[in-house]
Amino acid sequence: MPYKIAIASGKGGTGKTSVSVSMQHFIRKQFTNQVQLIDCDVEEPNDILFFPNAKKKNSKIITQRVPKIDKNQCNFCKKCADYCEFNAISIIPSIKMAKVNSSLCHSCGACLVACEQSAIKETEQPIGLMNFYHEKNHINLIEGELKIGSAMQTLVIKEVKKQASKQSQIILYDAPPGTSCPVVETISDVDFIILVSEPTPFGLHDLKLMVELLKELQKPYSVIINKAGIGNRDIYTYLKQEQIEILGEIPFDQEYATNYANGSLLKTIPQKISKEFEIITDKLIKRVYA
Amino acid sequence: MMEMTILSGKGGTGKTSITAALSGLVQSAVLCDNDVDAADLHLILHPDIIEEHAFASGWKAEIDTSKCKRCDICLSHCRFDAIHTNAAEKLVINPFQCEGCRLCERICPEQAIRSEQYTNNYWYVSNTRFGTLVHAKMGPGEENSGKLVTQVRKKAKEIALTNQKEWIINDGPPGIGCAAIASLTGTDLALIVIEPSKSSLHDADRLIKLIESFKIPVFALINKFDLNLELSQSIANYLKTKNIPLVAKIPFDKAMVHAMINKQTIVEYQPNSNISKEIKKLWHKIQLSTHTIDLHPTI
Repeated sequence: MPYKIAIASGKGGTGKTSVSVSMQHFIRKQFTNQVQLIDCDVEEPNDILFFPNAKKKNSKIITQRVPKIDKNQCNFCKKCADYCEFNAISIIPSIKMAKVNSSLCHSCGACLVACEQSAIKETEQPIGLMNFYHEKNHINLIEGELKIGSAMQTLVIKEVKKQASKQSQIILYDAPPGTSCPVVETISDVDFIILVSEPTPFGLHDLKLMVELLKELQKPYSVIINKAGIGNRDIYTYLKQEQIEILGEIPFDQEYATNYANGSLLKTIPQKISKEFEIITDKLIKRVYA
Repeated sequence: MMEMTILSGKGGTGKTSITAALSGLVQSAVLCDNDVDAADLHLILHPDIIEEHAFASGWKAEIDTSKCKRCDICLSHCRFDAIHTNAAEKLVINPFQCEGCRLCERICPEQAIRSEQYTNNYWYVSNTRFGTLVHAKMGPGEENSGKLVTQVRKKAKEIALTNQKEWIINDGPPGIGCAAIASLTGTDLALIVIEPSKSSLHDADRLIKLIESFKIPVFALINKFDLNLELSQSIANYLKTKNIPLVAKIPFDKAMVHAMINKQTIVEYQPNSNISKEIKKLWHKIQLSTHTIDLHPTI
């Protein structure tokens, strides 16, 4: 079984993506080629921007099962609407209306069980894409991409995660920001979580929310402090108080920030940063084989 | 009354710092934090809470193992893989995977499953030095962020109408998913914050496609524009092709972080800085242009 690591943060913009992309790079360099990166930030997948030469190998459409009511079979008993906890079905017997609002449907299948007339069938509706990228010795990336206008992030993440290669030794998930359902879906089956935070009041506040979530989920984690040097020291006090391990500190560096902005993050990594990532990778590998 | 939502496809571009700065400039406004998942605006506005409300986040099912006969009908019907066997070979439900569809409860022949409504989300009405703030706190791992956004916006609108305020300013969530959709539905205009990075532009492009489907006027600003002049220029060109007015170019300045640490808006912290001047200009431009926007076109 591959060892699964999620890179999460609570807050957006702390550097999840740059840490994810760099971790894949350094694990490959120091340890194994069998490391796969899965971009689970399906609303805004960005990992691929850091591999300008990568080729898309193929794409697959991700669909969601949405019920369709056959009005010829329907007797407008409303049982399906009663069963639907998401208010996705409206039935008005007097005008023989039976309608499904697909944007509210969670594809739970309750309406199918409810219907005694066998009037409901499911159809497949596209909600996103998964894209497979490959570049010899450099990248092994699967990306989930939510269809614009769809609100089914969690389903897209679930499908994308199923695509992970069994041959991988390590799988890295780049998680979405926040602490709600898409993040929970991403980290549900991981062995370890890296939380990326920045030493600012916003960074600390959102890190605390994430720690609260991980305590409830009872998952092991530690923290990378990104952009170290900006902000203040409150985050260090907090981590010490909570006895949370600092896996590493990536200093704020103008050149590195510019490389990030250009998408050329891996082309020239400033020495003080690559050194820090090498140490972090060593610590991680020890954990994988503990 | 007009309602503006501040968004950015990508997180960390500075939405909240800009929203906070605008909060101090808009004379007659109700403020609303729509980023219910990682609400940060209160860190600058330090609100005095005057109302607290629990908000149901949906149902979670639970199996009474003493009644369960292991027919496994629920297990075969659950599409969210939320039902598992534990070490004692009993069926249990993982509350984090349960979507609250209640199908298992309905089909259990032993009536061994019950669902309970979780109220782990809260929303608040508060007083701040810039006026009323409506905000929320979601329980970790909770669902329904879209519905919670709709709730806080509804309350903000009520307050704005009762008190005859001219504006509602929404600090939006990152992304383009349910929370972003719920933040945009029915607003009068959107302001997008973009920073000069490829990922920020990529995300803004996806966000703009979403906003286009709502057919509402959009303004954009580039934050930290001088970190990469070339990319800032490409963003400006891109906005031109989309006919989106670029209302401000805000320079990078560590003062923005210092203001945050000081729990102040940048306009309070350094009123005469370039950033503050740009933000004042931007607000002026938005106000001017709203006179020419037909907010409620007749069809």
